[in-house]
Amino acid sequence: MTSQSQQHVVVAGAGMVAFRFVEALRARDDGDRFRVTVIGDEPRPPYDRVALTTYFTGRDPEDLHLGGDEIWRDPHVTLRKGTTVVAVDRDTQRVSTDRGEGVDYDHLVLATGSYAARPPVEGRDLRGCFVYRTIDDVAELRGYVETLRSAHSDRPLHGVVVGGGLLGLEAAGALQALGVKSTVVEFAPRLMPLQVDDGGGAVLRSLIEDLGVSVLTDTATSQVLGERRGVVEGMRFADGSSLPADVVVFATGVRPRDELACSAGLSVGERGGVVVDASCVTEDPAISAIGEVACIEGRVWGLVAPGYTMAEVAADRLLGGDASFPGADSSTKLKLLGVDVASFGDAFGSAPGCLEVSYADAVAGVYKKLVLSDDARTLLGGILVGDASSYAALRPMVGQQLRTDPSAYLVPATDGPPPGDDLPDDATVCSCNNVSAGAIRGAVTDQGCCSVAEVKACTRAGTSCGSCLPLVKRLTDGALEDAGISVAKGMCEHFELTRAELFHAVQVTGLRTFSEIIERHGRGRGCDICKPVVASILASLGTGHILGDDRGTLQDTNDHMLANLQKDGTYSVVPRIPGGEVTPDGLIEIGRIAKEFDLYTKITGGQRIDLFGARVEQLPAIWRQLVDAGFESGHAYGKSLRTVKSCVGSSWCRYGVQDSVGMAVLLELRYRGLRSPHKLKLGVSGCARECAEARGKDAGVIATDNGWNLYVGGNGGFTPRHATLLAEDLDDDGLIRAIDRFFIYYIRTADRLQRTAAWLEELPGGIEHLREVVFDDSLGIAAELDAAMERHVASYRDEWSDVLDDPVKLARFTSFVNAAEVPDPDLRYETTRGQRRPVLISGDRLEVRS
Amino acid sequence: MKITPGEGAVDWIRVCALDAVPRDGAVAVLVGDAQVTVVRLADDTLYAVSHRDPVSGANVMARGIVGSATVDGVEVPTITSPMFKQVYDLRDGRCLTDRGAVLATWEVRLHGGDVEIGPTRVGAGSATAADGPTDTEVATTS
Repeated sequence: MTSQSQQHVVVAGAGMVAFRFVEALRARDDGDRFRVTVIGDEPRPPYDRVALTTYFTGRDPEDLHLGGDEIWRDPHVTLRKGTTVVAVDRDTQRVSTDRGEGVDYDHLVLATGSYAARPPVEGRDLRGCFVYRTIDDVAELRGYVETLRSAHSDRPLHGVVVGGGLLGLEAAGALQALGVKSTVVEFAPRLMPLQVDDGGGAVLRSLIEDLGVSVLTDTATSQVLGERRGVVEGMRFADGSSLPADVVVFATGVRPRDELACSAGLSVGERGGVVVDASCVTEDPAISAIGEVACIEGRVWGLVAPGYTMAEVAADRLLGGDASFPGADSSTKLKLLGVDVASFGDAFGSAPGCLEVSYADAVAGVYKKLVLSDDARTLLGGILVGDASSYAALRPMVGQQLRTDPSAYLVPATDGPPPGDDLPDDATVCSCNNVSAGAIRGAVTDQGCCSVAEVKACTRAGTSCGSCLPLVKRLTDGALEDAGISVAKGMCEHFELTRAELFHAVQVTGLRTFSEIIERHGRGRGCDICKPVVASILASLGTGHILGDDRGTLQDTNDHMLANLQKDGTYSVVPRIPGGEVTPDGLIEIGRIAKEFDLYTKITGGQRIDLFGARVEQLPAIWRQLVDAGFESGHAYGKSLRTVKSCVGSSWCRYGVQDSVGMAVLLELRYRGLRSPHKLKLGVSGCARECAEARGKDAGVIATDNGWNLYVGGNGGFTPRHATLLAEDLDDDGLIRAIDRFFIYYIRTADRLQRTAAWLEELPGGIEHLREVVFDDSLGIAAELDAAMERHVASYRDEWSDVLDDPVKLARFTSFVNAAEVPDPDLRYETTRGQRRPVLISGDRLEVRS
Repeated sequence: MKITPGEGAVDWIRVCALDAVPRDGAVAVLVGDAQVTVVRLADDTLYAVSHRDPVSGANVMARGIVGSATVDGVEVPTITSPMFKQVYDLRDGRCLTDRGAVLATWEVRLHGGDVEIGPTRVGAGSATAADGPTDTEVATTS
C-alpha cells in the first residue's frame, strides 16, 4: 500500500479545517502520493464545532462528527486522537508529541486552531468558570450545572456570560437550555457588535430579553467573586455593582494557538497567528498553516468558511496546483433560541457613498438593512435580525446587481416567487464549502443529479451549516425543470399525488373505497404500492376493520393475514405484550399454544414473543386460544404502532425516578392499532441511564426528576438515528398530548414508508417547526389533531377478535378455497437447537438444502 | 377432499364458485397436485397462474396484490409476489420487473357461476420449465 516515494504529511490539530484538508487532499490524490497523519489533542475525531450548542438540545456528540468515519478507514490516513504536538524541529523535519514520540514529516500543516481566551479578570479561574469551545468544555459545563442543580434544588441557578458576541449568545442559549437563568454582559454598547449595527442590536436585545436572558451592555467586568472554597458566587462590574452567579462562561474571543510556530522560530502576526502567504505556506516551505491559527493577508479569520478555503488551497498546492487564497468575508448567520441574526458583505456600510435601506418592525422584532452602492443598484452587504429567511438568497448577491426593488427583500414575505431563481452562475450559494449557483446547476445538467440529496453529495453544498439548503433546493428544482426532468412526486404510475396530498384529498372528499378513490384521483387498477397506501389512509381516517368492505384486497399480505409472512409462505404470530410486562400465567399460556401448534418461538427485540411457522388455515385457531388467554393482536404485521419498550423503572429499579412500565403500558394501550406511513415504535426509560434505548425510537420518553423528556424521530434499522429532544419535564398529560399531536401530524403529512426520522429531516423548519405545531399550535390544527387521536382511541378494537367473530372474514383464512383444510403439501421442516425451521424445496434466491 | 384432473386431461375442472374469489383479488386452489392461483378482476375477467412464486419457491402468489401496469402504452393486469414484490403480467405470466422469472399459467373459464380450470397448463414457471409447453396463448373467458 505504501511505497518509498510516498510523501508523509503531518497535520497538527484535528478540527474542522484539518478534516477538510485531509478530505481535499485524499479526494484528489489519485496516485496515493501522500500519506497523512493527523494529530489532535481532543479525544475524538473532528466534529462540527459550529453546531456545538445542539449538544444541549438532545443531539448526541457523535452526531457532530464530520463526514462519517470513512476517511479514518483510508489506509493512507492515520488519526492520532488525544495526542498533542509539542515541538517542531525544522532541521530534521520531525515533530514530537506529548507522548514522547517523534514523527517525521515531508510537509507539516499547522491547523491547531484557537484557544478560547479568558480575559484578565481577577477570579477567572475559580471553580464554576468556563469557556465555550470544545465538546469537553460543553460537557463539563453541563455536568457542573447538573451537580449544582441537585445541590440547590430549592432555588434557580444564575449564570453570567461574559461577552455578547456570537459565541456569548450561543453560550447563553446553552445555559438557558440547562435551566440556568443567565445574564449576558457585553463591553460594547450593543450585542454582537462585530455583526450588527445599533438598529439591529436594539432589536436583537429585545428578542433575547423576551427569551428570559438578561442583557447588560456598556458594562465592563472587574472581578469574579468566589466564596472561601474557591467556588464562583458572583460577578462584580467596573461601576461597582454586582450580580449573583453560580456559573460564569467567558466568551470574549479566541486567540490563535501559535506557540508551536513561535517556538519553531516562524513569524507570527501582530495579533498572533502564523504568518502565511496566499498559498498558506509559512516562511518555511515545508510548513503550511490553515484555519484560525493562520495569519493570512495580515489578519486571522475566526470563521470556518475562510478556514475551509485555506484547507483547499493548501491541499491544492501540495498536489502541484497553483490555488491561492481569494480573500474572505465575515458573513455569518446564527440561529439562537429561534432568533435569526445574519450579517454579510459590507454590513456596516464602509464603502464611500454607499446607501442604506432599512426596515424595522419593533412589534414583530424584525430589523433588516441592505447596503447598496451609490447608484442603489449593486448589493454590498446587509444585516438581518429576527428574520433571516432572505439570507440564503441575498448572501450570494453581494457584488451583483439586484434585479428587483431592494425593498422586495426587506418587507415580510409576499406571495411572489422567492428571490434566487435568477442567480448568476458565479454567485456563491454555499459559503462554507464555496459552491456556486453554477456548480449546483451543473450537478443536475452535467452530473445527472436528480435530487437535493444527490446534489449535496456531489457538490458538498449545504453539508456544513445548512443555511443555504432552501436555495440549493430551489436551484436544483429549477435546473431539473429546465432540463425537462419532471420532479416526479407521485407514488406510482396510478397516482400523481404524494401520500400526503392523497391523504388530504381523501379526508376532504370523504371517499371510502379504493375504486372511488382511484377513479377520482388516479388511473388504472392500482398496484402493490398505492393499494396499501390507500388502505393505510382509510385506516388512519377510522373506516373500521382493515379487512372490511373491499379493503382486504388492498392490504399487503401481512395486513391481509394479520400475521407476518415468512420465507416458506407460513406466518408468524405476535401477541401484544404492553410495555413488555407479562404474567407468569400469560407466559405459560403462550408456551402451551406454541407447543400445541409446534411454533418456533423467539423473543423479539421489542420485548415480545414471536411464534413462527403458522399456516394460513391455522391462524384463526391460534388466535382463538391467544384471545381466550387474554391476549390480542400485537400488530407486528402492520405499518402501525408496534411496541413500547420499557425498562423496569421506579417500581423495582433502585435508580428509576418514574414508573416507566406504567407509562409504557399506558402509551401502548393508547396507540395500539394506530396506522401510519411506516411502523412506529416507542420506548420509555425510567431514568437517564436509558435502559429502554428510547432514543432509538420514533418517540422516546426518558424520565426526569420532574416528569418526562420527549425525544422524537429516532430509529434503528438500515440508517440508525438518535431521536431529537422535543420537550423537557412534561407531566403525564402534557407528554401524551405532545405524542398525540406529533403522531397525527406525522401520519397526515409523511410520504409512503417514510419513517419519522426521515420525515423530521425533511420537515421544513425541522424540530423547531414541530415544536411550534405541537406546543404553540402555530398551524391552528392542534384541536383537530387531538380529536383525531381521541377518535382512534375510542374506536380501537382487536383485529383478531373481529375476524374470529365474523364468518365472512374468517373464510379468507384457508389454504385452498376448494380444500380448506389441506395444508400446503410442499412445506418441509428440519430441527435445529430443539425447534423446527423451514427447508425450502427450491427457488432462485433461496438455495436448495440437501 | 381429493381433486383429480379429468381422465385424458380433456375435462375442465370446477374449483370454486365465482363468489369465492374477491374482485380484484385472488385465491389459491388445489388441482391434483398443482397449486393454482385464481384471479378475478373487477369486470369478472379470470386468470389462473401458478401459486408458487418462482423466485422464492414458496406457495404464496394468491396472497399477492392484483393491479395493473402500463407496458408499452397498454394497461395490463398484474399480480405482485408478496414475498419479494416481483410484478407479473397475468395474461402470460411474464415477469415485468425481473427478467427471466415466469409464472406458469392455466386456462380458466367461468361456467354457470363456477370457476373452472382447463386441462392444459400453458406457459411455464422458470423452475420447472422442462415440463411445460412453450405456447403462451392463454384462454381467458368472462
